[in-house]
Amino acid sequence: MIDSTVVDLSRLQFAATAFYHFLFVPLTLGLSILLAIMETVYVMSGKEIYRDMTKFWGKLFGINFALGVTTGITMEFQFGTNWAYYSHYVGDIFGAPLAIEGLMAFFLESTFIGLFFFGWDRLSKRGHLVINYLTGIASNFSALWILIANGWMQNPVGSEFSFVTMRMEMTSFADLLLNPAAQAKFVHTVSAGYVTGSIFVLGISSWYLLRGVHVEFARRSFRIAASFGLAAACSVIVLGDESGYAVTEHQQTKLAALEAMWKTEPAPAPFTLFALPDDQQRTNHAEVQIPYALGLIATRSTDTVLPGIDQLEVRAAERIVTGIEAVKLLEKLRAGSASETEKTRFAAIKDDLGYGLLLKKYTADVAQATPEMIARAARDTIPDVAPMFWTFRIMVVLGFLMLALMLIAFWESAKNRIGEKRWLLRWALWSIPLPWLACEMGWFVAEYGRQPWTIYGILPTNLSTSALSSASLYGSLAGFVGFYTLLLVAEMYLMVKFARLGPASLGTGRYEGESALLNPAK
Amino acid sequence: MLDYETLKLVWWLLVGVLLLGFAVMDGHDMGVGTLLPFIGKNDVERRVIINTVGPHWDGNQVWFITGGGAIFAAWPLVYATAFSGFYWAMLAVLWALFFRPVGFDYRSKIDNPTWRKTWDWGLFVGGAVPSLIFGVAFGNLLQGVPFHFESNLMPVYTGSFWGLLNPFALLAGVVSFAMLTFHGANYLMIRTEGAVYQRAKFASTLFGGVMLLAFAGAGVWVAMGIAGYVITSPVDPGALPNPLDKTVAVQAGAWLANFTAQPLLWAIPGAGLAGGLLGIVCARADKPLLAFIASAVAELGVIGTAGVAMFPFVMPSSTDLRSSLTVWDSVSSHLTLSVMFWAALIFTPIVIAYTGWAYRVMSGKVTADYIEANNKSAY
Repeated sequence: MIDSTVVDLSRLQFAATAFYHFLFVPLTLGLSILLAIMETVYVMSGKEIYRDMTKFWGKLFGINFALGVTTGITMEFQFGTNWAYYSHYVGDIFGAPLAIEGLMAFFLESTFIGLFFFGWDRLSKRGHLVINYLTGIASNFSALWILIANGWMQNPVGSEFSFVTMRMEMTSFADLLLNPAAQAKFVHTVSAGYVTGSIFVLGISSWYLLRGVHVEFARRSFRIAASFGLAAACSVIVLGDESGYAVTEHQQTKLAALEAMWKTEPAPAPFTLFALPDDQQRTNHAEVQIPYALGLIATRSTDTVLPGIDQLEVRAAERIVTGIEAVKLLEKLRAGSASETEKTRFAAIKDDLGYGLLLKKYTADVAQATPEMIARAARDTIPDVAPMFWTFRIMVVLGFLMLALMLIAFWESAKNRIGEKRWLLRWALWSIPLPWLACEMGWFVAEYGRQPWTIYGILPTNLSTSALSSASLYGSLAGFVGFYTLLLVAEMYLMVKFARLGPASLGTGRYEGESALLNPAK
Repeated sequence: MLDYETLKLVWWLLVGVLLLGFAVMDGHDMGVGTLLPFIGKNDVERRVIINTVGPHWDGNQVWFITGGGAIFAAWPLVYATAFSGFYWAMLAVLWALFFRPVGFDYRSKIDNPTWRKTWDWGLFVGGAVPSLIFGVAFGNLLQGVPFHFESNLMPVYTGSFWGLLNPFALLAGVVSFAMLTFHGANYLMIRTEGAVYQRAKFASTLFGGVMLLAFAGAGVWVAMGIAGYVITSPVDPGALPNPLDKTVAVQAGAWLANFTAQPLLWAIPGAGLAGGLLGIVCARADKPLLAFIASAVAELGVIGTAGVAMFPFVMPSSTDLRSSLTVWDSVSSHLTLSVMFWAALIFTPIVIAYTGWAYRVMSGKVTADYIEANNKSAY
């Protein structure tokens, strides 16, 4: 039987390492584009201050990037170390975008980032600008390939099960690339990164303006961040991937959970603005709803019915029953004792194999599953509603808060009044943590909402781990969390130190506060 | 689309290319990291050493990342079995590597001797530990690894972490550690001058010598005392991969069978020895670029020797022989191998081209004056 402690610890370790990694990724995505914009202005205008901006924000980018790389190394290998059965079962599809990410994007980004930092005196102005662009494009391509891999976990297209090799195999690379789930996630995720980068620059620039230091430097940074940030905040909301959730049946469970739709409502379904979802009673308390809104947002139509949790569970139970048959046939096929009719039957129902495997949580011999087990497994297909409902709403509220900030910041900057409203500067400064909070919430909604599957409808999380002992997992989890926390402390220390120094840290002699730096204490 | 059998062979070669790329590129900056606390006697010297690889270590490390991704995509069963089986060894590699990005980027941002010395030793760990463990892993592959597959192809490792640290595996670890450090010393000679250069020259001779002795010793050990594996059932290289669908036997001398069958292949271990010798000689004669090329050839020879000796095995099982993984039955589907083949064929030359260009842009000696002039921006 499966050791549920190992499963839980493996999930916790993956969640912890992904959580840390995703503290650094959004800022990398956003700052890489902002740096390209700043240097473009430098090359076009020839004004030195824009080069200093590129260098200073680049320094902060570097401090963040170092930990992005560190925590990213883990992600590439953790599927093998901790999710061995997953790696075998879907490596044929999932491994490809990861490897291509390395070949096409990460090599480019990592090679040119060295030239970005050290090539200022060795490259022409335009040459260095091209390097900056390539680094930014490459980091976005990285995100694309990673989200193609992740999109396939959410919506597994272009693949089928092979009983000979006992795994999923790719049938169409094009379907994998053009997966609508991946496209929606890519646009939403990189936009969120752009917002993160913009608020980071906006907030720190506001801090300088509040203190009255580096005023010219801060105003120009503020302007760029406000313009880019407004565009990004609009895109993150308009292209929010909720519309993507309605595309497939698998994503419908996620949508139903995060909207706390216990019952199927007539189309177009109402949007629940506020409620206290109760996972025990399977109902909402203190519900406040906007009529029609959800149906319109999620289906972009007035007559498409969105299935509620009640319907989705009935459907899951049906598929589990077919899945039991598929598991039994697979055993015969593997033993080489299946007839031709049985082979044909298996090919017809193998899409439900994963549903049969859900029962492995309750019984080693799926053929012996009781109706009660089937009902429990069907219920498992719906992720816990309350955490989904709340994290999603916190993310959305944060998104609108940031949009409001960007709108006002852009308005002030268009009116040439940057720095006049101190409440706006303070708001921007205190908003710095918000995009990170929103990003982690969004990640939670997407990945927790995928439970109980690692690959939606294909492979249950329970069956995906490595054959490790729980002692090993306690050890490695403690090691990762301890090590990452130490590194995070060092990172935050440097980030705050250099943000405090501001452009004076460049040692150009053009910014206040440099005399103290000329003779650093030995 | 190339046929399945050809693609399986091509991917064996491509994994070799990626391993070699890793050894040549990331290997030299790991070697530099290993030598850092010993060759750099003061802060300026250490900054000189670090800045020889400062603009490049990050790109080089992607050979490791991409190698992992490519094994995932092309040999998913190897990726699953080896990394979960060698769990603590793999974590030791990852955790050691954590010191590198932060060590390089954070070390010189604060002017405090304790801070800087701590990161110097971090960079040492990030270079030395993985260099050693990669060899230990190969040493274990050559002896066979205790694992089996359950009927659903779940890999189960039944050995312990300490079992990996057996005498032969440790000797193989010395080979890889000395090889990458030797290579790093040769690189340092290209990019430095004065006292650092002289110390790197000494390190080149020392580690080149250790590598030669250990490699030759491991070769004799394999020939005399380590039984190889052979597939005893008929092999259909174009078949759908199923590792449980074969029989395997342990046979003394089997790891030499490929060399006996194709005597030309002896040129590969020959390249390992000749590259090592030439590398030492060129370094002694103050021809560091030639020495670097020679140590790269030595890496080709050493990695190639292990690969050819074991072919077609990749990861033999010592406890359940038929579970052994080979190039024929641990691979991805025909379509995935084909897609990945084209991706590798297109992008690898492009990567090599711009990496070469980046090294050219940053070429020349890193000097104390350079560190002085770029006090704020250099690592």
